Amino acid sequence: MKILGMNGDNAVAYAMKQINPDVVAGYPITPQTIAIEKFSEYVADGEVDTEFVAVESEHSAMSACIGASASGGRVMTSTASAGLAFMWEMLYVAASTRLPIVMNVMNRALSAPINIHCDHSDSMGARDSGWIQIYGENVQEGYDNIIQAVKIAESAGLPVMPCFDGFIVSHAVERVEALDDEKVKNFIGIYKSEHPLLDVENPVTYGPFDMYDYYMEHKKQEHEAMKAALKIVKDVGKEYEKISGRSYDTLSEHRLDDAELAVIALGSTAGTAREAVDEMRKKGINAGSLKLRLFRPFPYEDIRNALKNVKAIAVMDRCDSFGAFGGPMFSEIRSALYKTSDAEVVNYIYGLGGRDVTTNHIKKVISDLNNISTTGKVKEYVQYLGVR
Amino acid sequence: MKGWKEIPDGGLILEPGNSVEYKTGSWRAKRPVWDKEKCINCLICWIQCPDNAIIVENEKIRGINYDYCKGCGICASICPKEAISMEEEK
Repeated sequence: MKILGMNGDNAVAYAMKQINPDVVAGYPITPQTIAIEKFSEYVADGEVDTEFVAVESEHSAMSACIGASASGGRVMTSTASAGLAFMWEMLYVAASTRLPIVMNVMNRALSAPINIHCDHSDSMGARDSGWIQIYGENVQEGYDNIIQAVKIAESAGLPVMPCFDGFIVSHAVERVEALDDEKVKNFIGIYKSEHPLLDVENPVTYGPFDMYDYYMEHKKQEHEAMKAALKIVKDVGKEYEKISGRSYDTLSEHRLDDAELAVIALGSTAGTAREAVDEMRKKGINAGSLKLRLFRPFPYEDIRNALKNVKAIAVMDRCDSFGAFGGPMFSEIRSALYKTSDAEVVNYIYGLGGRDVTTNHIKKVISDLNNISTTGKVKEYVQYLGVR
Repeated sequence: MKGWKEIPDGGLILEPGNSVEYKTGSWRAKRPVWDKEKCINCLICWIQCPDNAIIVENEKIRGINYDYCKGCGICASICPKEAISMEEEK
């Protein structure tokens, strides 16, 4: 084990170096640039065996990844924001063709107005594309998630998108415990594709036309593969704990055991929420928080269990779903709790385009929950937090 | 037809050349009917048919392969002797 000072992007590049994928096709976009730039240095310096494909766009990056993965290689890339949006068509192709590509997303807002800072509208827009989505809170989790993602992808036969907050994690230098190269190598093992295009002895067709007579059967396969991925994510998390000492599940709880009020967040805000919970506890307010790690597949049973005793819940969405009843996580969590919980569930849309969210904001959210819990009245189910 | 557990994942086709098993004749709305008496065996229809559905033996037309003919009507429209007519499928 080595202790390194790295920002999120460098940690992704470092993990990718240890993984030593066969092919990386990448295109730079803020705040992901450092990761692909650093990784291309590893390629230039001969520290990896990877074929690095410098493409002209993200649509091409994902297309090249799909081709390389179908050919039988272990394939990785990384993107953010408009880059992810530009990949849209190919994201679905990668998932539906069941290719285990791993792509780290450094979450950034979508235009317009153009903005380079963090929110989750990029990856949340891709939530229905068939990619497994894992959200990391800090640099350590970013590093750990990408290594686990390789194993999850190859076991599930689905692509994985580990995500973390742009700039807040991607550009912040933190202490990272990096595993020894050998440990990473043994953990991920050797990837052997079942039907590589390059196996000329056993010809295979990828991407044929599919009519209404078989299209639904292929979607059903994908549906079932995504459901089965839930256990794979848990198993890989347990296995990773054995080599790292750090445990990973679909979510993690903070002081929820005896809590009446709960705040739920993804990514870096989960840390801010824990701090706010601790401060409110000192004032005698019975709060707890829940960090959701896995968004696809959605761990609805774990969420029901974790929230079974609370009376009021605030779901923090770092993106809007315009015209919907609340943000994407709010809809999912309310749906998960339907008929199993009497708790009031409210939604805060926060942090768009990198708008800062502090412990004071979350303490205000907890105070709101406290009012809801004592009066039984909800003023507004969905509101913007920290907006003028 | 096969269920989702019986087909390869991701739409992959593992047996090369298996498109012959897919009988596209069911797509047809109109069927070409060949009149042997009018036909001069110029083979223009055989050249133009996009589905290779004109059956030819020893440089002579023998008939139409209704397993694969999609009924596009090209053969009927280019025949110089009007030896192929399109009739409604019943």
